[in-house]
Amino acid sequence: MMRLPRLRYVAPRTIREAAAALADAGPEGALLAGGTDLLPNMKRRQQVPRILIGLRGVQGLRVRELGEAARLGAGLTLSEMLRDAALCAAYPGLRRAVASISTPPLRNMGTLGGNLCLDTRCNYYNQSLEWRKAIDFCLKKDGTICWVAPASPRCWAVSSSDMAPLMVALGARVTLQSAQGERELAAEALYVDDGIAYLSRRPDEVLTDVVLPPHAGLRCTYLKLRRRGAFDFPVLSVAAALRLDGDHGDAPVREARLVLGAVGSHPVLAAEAGALLVGRPLSEEAIREAAEAAARLAKPLDNTDYALGWRKRMAGPLIAAALRELRGDGPPPHGELARAGVRGRPSGAC
Amino acid sequence: MLTQDRAVQDEPAVRRKCLIGLTVNGEPQEVAFFPEKTLLEVLREDLGLTGTKHGCELGECGACAVLLDGQPVLSCLVLGLECQGREVLTVEGLANGPELHPLQAALADLGGTQCGYCTPGILCVALALLRDNPAPTRAEIAEALSGNLCRCTGYHQILDAVQEAARRMAGGQP
Ligand SMILES: Cc1cc2nc3c(=O)[nH]c(=O)nc-3n(C[C@H](O)[C@H](O)[C@H](O)COP(=O)(O)OP(=O)(O)OC[C@H]3O[C@@H](n4cnc5c(N)ncnc54)[C@H](O)[C@@H]3O)c2cc1C
Ligand code: SF4
Ligand code: FES
Ligand code: FES
Repeated sequence: MMRLPRLRYVAPRTIREAAAALADAGPEGALLAGGTDLLPNMKRRQQVPRILIGLRGVQGLRVRELGEAARLGAGLTLSEMLRDAALCAAYPGLRRAVASISTPPLRNMGTLGGNLCLDTRCNYYNQSLEWRKAIDFCLKKDGTICWVAPASPRCWAVSSSDMAPLMVALGARVTLQSAQGERELAAEALYVDDGIAYLSRRPDEVLTDVVLPPHAGLRCTYLKLRRRGAFDFPVLSVAAALRLDGDHGDAPVREARLVLGAVGSHPVLAAEAGALLVGRPLSEEAIREAAEAAARLAKPLDNTDYALGWRKRMAGPLIAAALRELRGDGPPPHGELARAGVRGRPSGAC
Repeated sequence: MLTQDRAVQDEPAVRRKCLIGLTVNGEPQEVAFFPEKTLLEVLREDLGLTGTKHGCELGECGACAVLLDGQPVLSCLVLGLECQGREVLTVEGLANGPELHPLQAALADLGGTQCGYCTPGILCVALALLRDNPAPTRAEIAEALSGNLCRCTGYHQILDAVQEAARRMAGGQP
């Protein structure tokens, strides 16, 4: 058996109690939501908190409001979000992202808050203690070197949450609460381009809820590249959110946000590519220009599944596929490789 | 020094177990265990219910799936402590005395189980599926079971068996 390290467990009933318990525990404490990220990491001794503050009894984290916009509590499970037909219809990209996460039993456990705070991932880090000890530990945990970029002073572990890029594309806002008070920030500002300190969340803060923008007139989608149709984290993903100046797909773009996932330690907002689309209809030419501009930001390193060069080459086609879908071409054909407009197997993989 | 070694050193020599009450396969149970134990460990080691299997223990295989308050979850990633007052259903709860559940019978009849290691998890997930959707399509069965790996059967026989069980449960003859 791969056992959890020894721990103490605290079960607060309110957000205030959870924040107080987190402040009390200091660096020894961690919030436990669905546990689907934290517990595997603890079994592999990547994270070794000694006090777990269990959030499942905190009712205040379970709000779910849908009007012109939506407010979602961090404690909602992924399955609860998928079962909410009105929410899924209002934000189809959100439904796509959530449905692509892990597997059905894991989605019954995993939460929105845990997904947004998901630890970054790396082939040299998501390994057993023995494996990491054998090659010697890396910067992210217990070591002094990065095995992916040995000359680098920083960690390049990959932001692998499926909802994070989508929330950044939507321009969602998150609320963080600590014993000192509450603050709200743009989802984009929650993430930091650093594999170790990947969140701007302070260690004593609880993410309480996420507010989505009004859904009327919003077009959003999410495309994810991975080896299997279930289980696997993204090796590349694209989240796109647009508003057009009209109801038809050929109307000019008023606002566009394109975000790349799993190409760096944070979701990468391609602001310039989005700006290139504004004022123009989604013609093939506009799509190609935006896709090229956004794809230039994809600078993955060799620390996930699949060959590095292929992941980088796929960025353009995946962005273009997302924009065509938002133009109204219908969902890309079945199969994630086909979705990206590519036939055949990626070179150097499988 | 590694943090996990320190955690063990600072603990008092005698540690307290915690005691919880829960319902397992319809029977109320009380069980004491250390706080870091997972539901999988509690079921297998403290309650003697070894029908639930341990595979990866990291959420990557589905062998340990059970129903918690009716929903499929991976018992390797649930703290035992978080099951206080809740209802757990494991593979041991499926058969009615000597009579197999239709899902079990169909898996046996149609070759949906070979080494059997994945079977308890698949049974629990399929049970919840047929409860919520008594006549699922093949695609719906495949989606529901997409978190359960099987290294033997090649999956077709498992999908056949769940479809067959649905038919039998709707009143069709075996
Ligand atoms: C086999 C497998 C496959 C997976 N595949 C995917 C995938 O494809 N895509 C994907 O995105 N994820 C994937 N996951 C990860 C995970 O299941 C989901 O991201 C899930 O939503 C995480 O939520 P949780 O509640 O289980 O998080 P937990 O494990 O409980 O927590 C994760 C982190 O967030 C912190 N946290 C939790 N809640 C809060 C809060 N309210 N405020 C502040 N911090 C908080 C925790 O302290 C911890 O550091 C996978 C996991 C497994 C085991
Ligand atoms: S990117 Fe480097 S430092 Fe970060 S987890 Fe991977 S090997 Fe370790
Ligand atoms: S043992 Fe729990 S998922 Fe593999
Ligand atoms: S029967 Fe052997 S793993 Fe499924």
